[in-house]
Parts: sequence; structure tokens; C-alpha cells
Amino acid sequence: MTTIPIQHYLFVAAAIFCIGLAIAITKRHFIGILIGIELMLNAVNINLVAFGRHDPERLTGQLFALFVIVVAAAEVTVALAIILRVYGRFQTVDPDEVSELKK
Amino acid sequence: MEAAAFYGFSLLAVTAAVFILFSKNLIHAAFALFLAFLGVAALFVLAGADFLGVSQIMIYVGGILVLLIFGIMLTQNINKSDDSSRHNKVEVLVKREVWGFLIGLGFFAVLIKIIFKSDFKMKGDAMISKSTIKTIGVELMTSHLFPFEVAAVLLLVALVGAAYLALNRNPTP
Repeated sequence: MTTIPIQHYLFVAAAIFCIGLAIAITKRHFIGILIGIELMLNAVNINLVAFGRHDPERLTGQLFALFVIVVAAAEVTVALAIILRVYGRFQTVDPDEVSELKK
Repeated sequence: MEAAAFYGFSLLAVTAAVFILFSKNLIHAAFALFLAFLGVAALFVLAGADFLGVSQIMIYVGGILVLLIFGIMLTQNINKSDDSSRHNKVEVLVKREVWGFLIGLGFFAVLIKIIFKSDFKMKGDAMISKSTIKTIGVELMTSHLFPFEVAAVLLLVALVGAAYLALNRNPTP
């Protein structure tokens, strides 16, 4: 049973991170931007887990990835609540059209 | 066998991500995100993180993705048309698309260059296959107790804050 070299994990993570970055830049929709950020967080988690494989006694990488997942969950809930409020006030989900704090 | 599974699942994740990048319909993007999360969870399992793979599926697919789909459906376009393919359209500026591709590709080139130049000296050998749940539990309750409690407080604050924000305090017509 061969083990995958760590560079291959890093390649996949770099590809997913860059695609997430492009999504977050390109999409003109709040939720599209959130999807891009989620993909970027996932890519970072792949890196952490791939390096944590070489630390079987303490598993620091996996623990850090666990905390990243917790922070991502908290971020998504608060961001969606804010998006719903913004939608209720401005009737739009385009970040370009929401340029003032108060209407 | 392991290599085939690795490349298959990484191809699945990357293809789903590319589909999200090019799809104009957000619902389709959300379902492609499901595939991407599944691929990433499989990569976690292949890297020896079984507990993280399962929690990835539970939290991301069961929680975050459902929340995102709810958010997409609650923020539909006002000017609805009968054409069902126009509901969740996201129009993309050509200028921004070009910039997104340029920045993404440039950053990807930089990362690839760094990875090719790097030479990692691993301290220990790769993990032999055993369950990580016991180690994670012991570490979480001993040396990582403070971050654990901070994460608990963060989740509580996020819950209260999201509930407060989402309450319909001043409904607009």
C-alpha cells in the first residue's frame, strides 16, 4: 500500500484555494462569495490534515482543522443572517448596489 | 488502489469547484458544492483523518450547505419571470471575470512554484492506519482545553447574534 506524497495533497489544495478565490472575486451575489470562502477554508483544511498525517501522537493539524470548521460554521450563520437583513432592506443581493450604510 | 481513490476524489472536488466557478445558476452551484465537500471529506479520510472526514460531512453537508440553500431561496429576485432558468441567475461582469481568472491563475502559479521548490523534512513517519478519535478526544480535553472552550463561547455568541440579526424587527414592505 503506497502512501500519496504530500506534494499531491498540496497541489489539490492549491487548486481548490485558487478556484475559491476566483469564485469570491467573480460572483456578483453575496451567497456566491460565501461559497467561494467556504471552498478556500476547505482547501486550507486539506493542507492542515495532510501535514498532520506526519504527527500521529499529537495530531495538531487535525485539531487545528477542527477549529477551522467550527469558525467556518459560526461565520456562515452570522453572514447569512446579515445577508437576509441586507436583502430585507435593500431588496438586492448584489454587493455593488449595497454601497451605503443607511438608506 | 489508494492512489486511484485519491486522484478520483481530488478530480471530483476540483471539477465541482470549476463547475461552481462557471455556473450562472446559484442553485446548481450549491449542489456542485455538495460534490466538492464530499470529495474533500474523502481526501481527509485518505489522509488518515477519519473523524474529520465524518464531521466534515455532518457539518458542511448537513449544516452549512442547507443554510446556504435556504439563503439562496429566501433571496430570490423580485422581478420573477416564468422562465425557470432565470430565477437564480448571477450576471457576471466581463471585466471582473477577467480579473478573477488572472488573480486566481497568478496565485495558483505562485503556489505551484513554491510547492515545487519546497523540500519538506518530515519529523515522523506517516501515520499507520488507526482511529484518530481517541487521540483527538484526549488532546482536546487536555492540552487544547482553552481553545475548545473559546470555540464553545464563539458558537454560542454566533447563535445568539444570528438569531438577533435574523429577527424581523422592522419589516419592510
